[in-house]
Amino acid sequence: METRMLNVRINGRAYEVPEGITILKAAQEYANIDIPTLCYLEGISEEGACAICVVEVKGAKNLQRACVVKVTDGMEVWTNTARVREARKLNVELLLANHPTDCFTCEKNQICRLRELAAEVGVREVEFPRTRSEWLPFDETSLSLIRDPNKCVLCRRCVNVCAKVQSVYAIDIVGRGSNSMVSTFLDEGLGNVECVNCGQCLLVCPTGAITERSEIPQVWKALGNPDKVVVVETAPAVRVAIGEEFGMPDGTQATGKMVAALRGLGFDEVFDTDFSADLTIMEEGYELIGRLKNGGTLPLITSCSPGWIKFAETFFPHVLDHVSSCKSPQQMFGTVTKTYWAEKMGIDPRNVVVVSIMPCTAKKFEKERPEMKTAFHYWQEKMGLRDEEAFNDVDYVLTTREAAQMIRESGMDFANLPDEQFDKPLGESSGAAVIFGATGGVMEAALRTGYEVLTNKTLEKLEFEDVRGLAGIKSAEVNIDGTILRVAVANGLGNARVLMEQVQKGESPYQFIEIMCCPGGCLGGGGQPISDHPDVKQRRAEAIYREDAGKPIRKSHENPEIVEIYKEFLGEPNSEKAHHLLHTEYCDRSCE
Amino acid sequence: MIRNELLICAGGACITSGEKSVKDALIEELHAHSIQDEVQVIETGCMGACDLGPIVVVYPEGTFYQKVTPETAHLIVSEHLVKGRVVESLLYTEPETQEKVQSGAEIPFYTRQVKRVLRNCGVIDPLSIEEYIARDGYFALATALGMTPEGIIDVVTESGLRGRGGAGFPTGIKWKATRNARGTPKYVVCNGDEGDPGAFMDRSVLEGDPHSVIEAMTIAGYAVGAQKGYMYVRAEYPLAIERFDWALRKAREYGFLGENILGSEFSFDIEIRIGAGAFVCGEETALLRSIEGKRGTPSVKPPFPAQAGLWNQPTLINNVETYANIPQIITRGAEWFRSVGSSKSPGTKVFALAGNVKNTGLVEVPMGTTLRELVFDIGGGIPGGKEFKAAQTGGPSGGVITADYLDMPIDFDTVKELGTIMGSGGLIILDEDSCMVDVAKFYLGFTVDESCGKCTPCREGTRQMYHTMERICEGKGRDGDIEQLGRLAEVVRDTSLCGLGQSAPNPVLSTLRFYEDEYRAHIYDKKCPSHVCKHLLTYSVIADKCVGCTACARQCPSHAISGEVKKAHIIDQSKCSKCGTCYEVCRFGAIQKE
Repeated sequence: METRMLNVRINGRAYEVPEGITILKAAQEYANIDIPTLCYLEGISEEGACAICVVEVKGAKNLQRACVVKVTDGMEVWTNTARVREARKLNVELLLANHPTDCFTCEKNQICRLRELAAEVGVREVEFPRTRSEWLPFDETSLSLIRDPNKCVLCRRCVNVCAKVQSVYAIDIVGRGSNSMVSTFLDEGLGNVECVNCGQCLLVCPTGAITERSEIPQVWKALGNPDKVVVVETAPAVRVAIGEEFGMPDGTQATGKMVAALRGLGFDEVFDTDFSADLTIMEEGYELIGRLKNGGTLPLITSCSPGWIKFAETFFPHVLDHVSSCKSPQQMFGTVTKTYWAEKMGIDPRNVVVVSIMPCTAKKFEKERPEMKTAFHYWQEKMGLRDEEAFNDVDYVLTTREAAQMIRESGMDFANLPDEQFDKPLGESSGAAVIFGATGGVMEAALRTGYEVLTNKTLEKLEFEDVRGLAGIKSAEVNIDGTILRVAVANGLGNARVLMEQVQKGESPYQFIEIMCCPGGCLGGGGQPISDHPDVKQRRAEAIYREDAGKPIRKSHENPEIVEIYKEFLGEPNSEKAHHLLHTEYCDRSCE
Repeated sequence: MIRNELLICAGGACITSGEKSVKDALIEELHAHSIQDEVQVIETGCMGACDLGPIVVVYPEGTFYQKVTPETAHLIVSEHLVKGRVVESLLYTEPETQEKVQSGAEIPFYTRQVKRVLRNCGVIDPLSIEEYIARDGYFALATALGMTPEGIIDVVTESGLRGRGGAGFPTGIKWKATRNARGTPKYVVCNGDEGDPGAFMDRSVLEGDPHSVIEAMTIAGYAVGAQKGYMYVRAEYPLAIERFDWALRKAREYGFLGENILGSEFSFDIEIRIGAGAFVCGEETALLRSIEGKRGTPSVKPPFPAQAGLWNQPTLINNVETYANIPQIITRGAEWFRSVGSSKSPGTKVFALAGNVKNTGLVEVPMGTTLRELVFDIGGGIPGGKEFKAAQTGGPSGGVITADYLDMPIDFDTVKELGTIMGSGGLIILDEDSCMVDVAKFYLGFTVDESCGKCTPCREGTRQMYHTMERICEGKGRDGDIEQLGRLAEVVRDTSLCGLGQSAPNPVLSTLRFYEDEYRAHIYDKKCPSHVCKHLLTYSVIADKCVGCTACARQCPSHAISGEVKKAHIIDQSKCSKCGTCYEVCRFGAIQKE
């Protein structure tokens, strides 16, 4: 059906716009007028709460909210009258009167939408008294996120992302009027409710009300300690996004500069989580092959994404036996570094500090899971360690943003650093590992290896286009020598929920499912640079696939370091030792 | 054989003033005289004259007994019913002529009223569906089911009925829009979340004549094409909920609700949903969210409920009083409905008369009645010989009507011109001692408390306005305050998301319009001309009148008064907390308040 076109006048000029379009979009796309917004998030948060985007519409008694009011035929809109400017300015002033003034020290000061807005509408003085007489306590219960309710402008973006995109419903508005605030069930705090630590709320928060729990001081301290061997690992999605923090265009492949910068910070070894991504493919791929051959529980579901794992443990405990027992690449890396590598290098594992740089806030939670102390148990008997000496496999997790902050603090000119290479042996990786950073990547990597292992033939075309792209749910049928493998990929937990409801009812048509907690996969993770560019995820994904295409090795099982670790240390994929070190178990959190 | 009926008003005010004990005493006395089988005791809905309660009316004579107590109740039985003698001491006394009035119909409070919405309130037993039927109840439903839905909507449209919830939107247009909206199922909702301070029109209808609302909602369901209705009533109205629920059961039993109503193809039922105490849930979009089980916060209109309401389906939502008009419009016709009221606001309006007026309670008058008739003829004037100053209408969303407009006919449009609104019908009378700045501050404080907090202007703007009002009343007003209030009021009105915020500045704007001089006195002279704002008062001793009894000094909680016995005392202004104790305890009029 053809879209009906409507006549609209914006600031006196006539435009033809399609039926169903909002005033905001019509002004933006047809009249080149950016109506300022604060609470609006297209498709996710369209509540008209902030009253900043107001415009005059002829015939309407009150100013109208451009973000939600749709254009009607013959409508006359005025976006720049004195009445409109005064309303916007006054509403911003009202928000400022309720907002802390510690902008100098606020983590979001460079990207604060409220600060930007105050400048846009020209607030030079707030004529109203400050309305916060006492500071509300922070929510510091979460291992991943910290909420400062004082900086909240009640835009509801976080609430809507959590509910509508992630279907987690961990936060909502409580209280009434000026006492209303974003909170959790019974004000228990994010750490004590169903929050999966994904950090999507942080990404959409226009102010500094939600930030990650920073581990920068601890990492600086470790780097300054001569007794420690500080090893860093970097997740696949970090390299295609970190450049944004230094003004480089979206989708810049900054792998070499990132390695150089991390070495410049003083890390003793700069390794790559991609190595353990390849390892994950070996373990998970063989797990899938085993289940397919032996009539095991299907579909098998990937386990790389800690936000997804907590989601499954909380909302779908009955599907946990479908979830791969493989640890995530981060945790495999920590274990391998503190066992295989430490052993190989003859370093006391207690002196090894593993820092991972992740596009993710949930990784900060994951590393603290009590079962993630495998290396300690490995060494406990051999070295006679006492229980009190227990150490985590991964010591510190920095988000992409935190890593960039450390680089800034060091004064390095990131964009002009010469490219450098990862250290060996845990720095070698395949193109299959790189694409872990995009939704569908784990699936594609597994298919590349699975196909060749199952058929003993060389895969002609490595790109599985059906599972690429930013669609929320993708599915494909893969012909493996005459056998059809049905696979599906979901990114964003709202989409995961759809697939899991099928699995729970026993109606899933798939044998293998990839789930990534965040929209777009890790490249859209809660630890990534904050951006309001609409196609930033697309750019990052393109960079990831370019990185893959440029790799000499593009299949996990062909990574020579992977071949070596199995030969030297692990034996076969899914061997007893591999199981002991690289696999884990889950718990039912539905009653927590 | 029943020879007499005793009607006892069981409205909220009468219950509070002891109706239950009066009823028990009456029944006990009937037994004592062994006439319990000859006299039927009926508890009715609110009779309206709340300050005369508890009220007992004896039929068939129609003798109206007021302020009956458990101690005096026996007289009604032993004197009136047994000996046939009217109990003079319990009759209403006409204040001007000092004459006793026997019949309720002769009391001025009632004579000027036109009872349409309240026609059954105080007349029938609300728990008896038979009594409702006996008063032509459900005849409108039967009539409607013989009409086409469009025909019904036409009658409602022609009647000119406008929404009694406050805004006065034409009811017929709403019905038509819901009927024409695409999508099934459709819903019919009744807004019984009456929240304005002092308003209790809807409660009285639900308590006193619940079937009229059930009948109207069912007719509405048939007219718009809905099979399901929701009665949303606030939790603070337990009696209304109880009686409405009982009425629902009876209506189902009699086949007025449920499958194939009165043998027709039409099926309809109603469910009660109880509010959780938020004023904003009286706003229709917030109310619908609340029925859905979500947090009751408003959303942007359009889409209007008629297009996308409950669960995004077309929904008709009207107020209790609006519905209560419907059955009679169907049975008596649009012309009859238009026979009273003004041309653009036909019909009657129920007001809850309160404040500084002699007769308080519930009154129903034709639209277009003047404020003078309401305050002086029905309300009996201002007590204590004080002057009438203003009437506050529309609660926290409204404003004031001043003495200059006493003779202006009141309807939806005339009050709007004065900068206030009709609202749901709260009418608070203010006498000369009222401080208009203080009144505005009170209502603004109510909105600040009841703002849901969703949109910036309502959440933050009303709070800033309140701070300024508070400062002004505390004597800390400064030059520019009036302008700042105006600036805030304009944007809060213009950009708030729902009616609550959009109308929140009205009490301030309205009082500023008519009483700017009082604001100026507070701000510039640091005086409250009505001596209400505590911080602006000065208490001092009139030395000539002070006999030195020491009563004030002994009672002063802040030890601000000193002086020797039998000599004039002095108040230390720096210590005075302006509590007014000295003013109250002085028996010689020696304390002055300025």
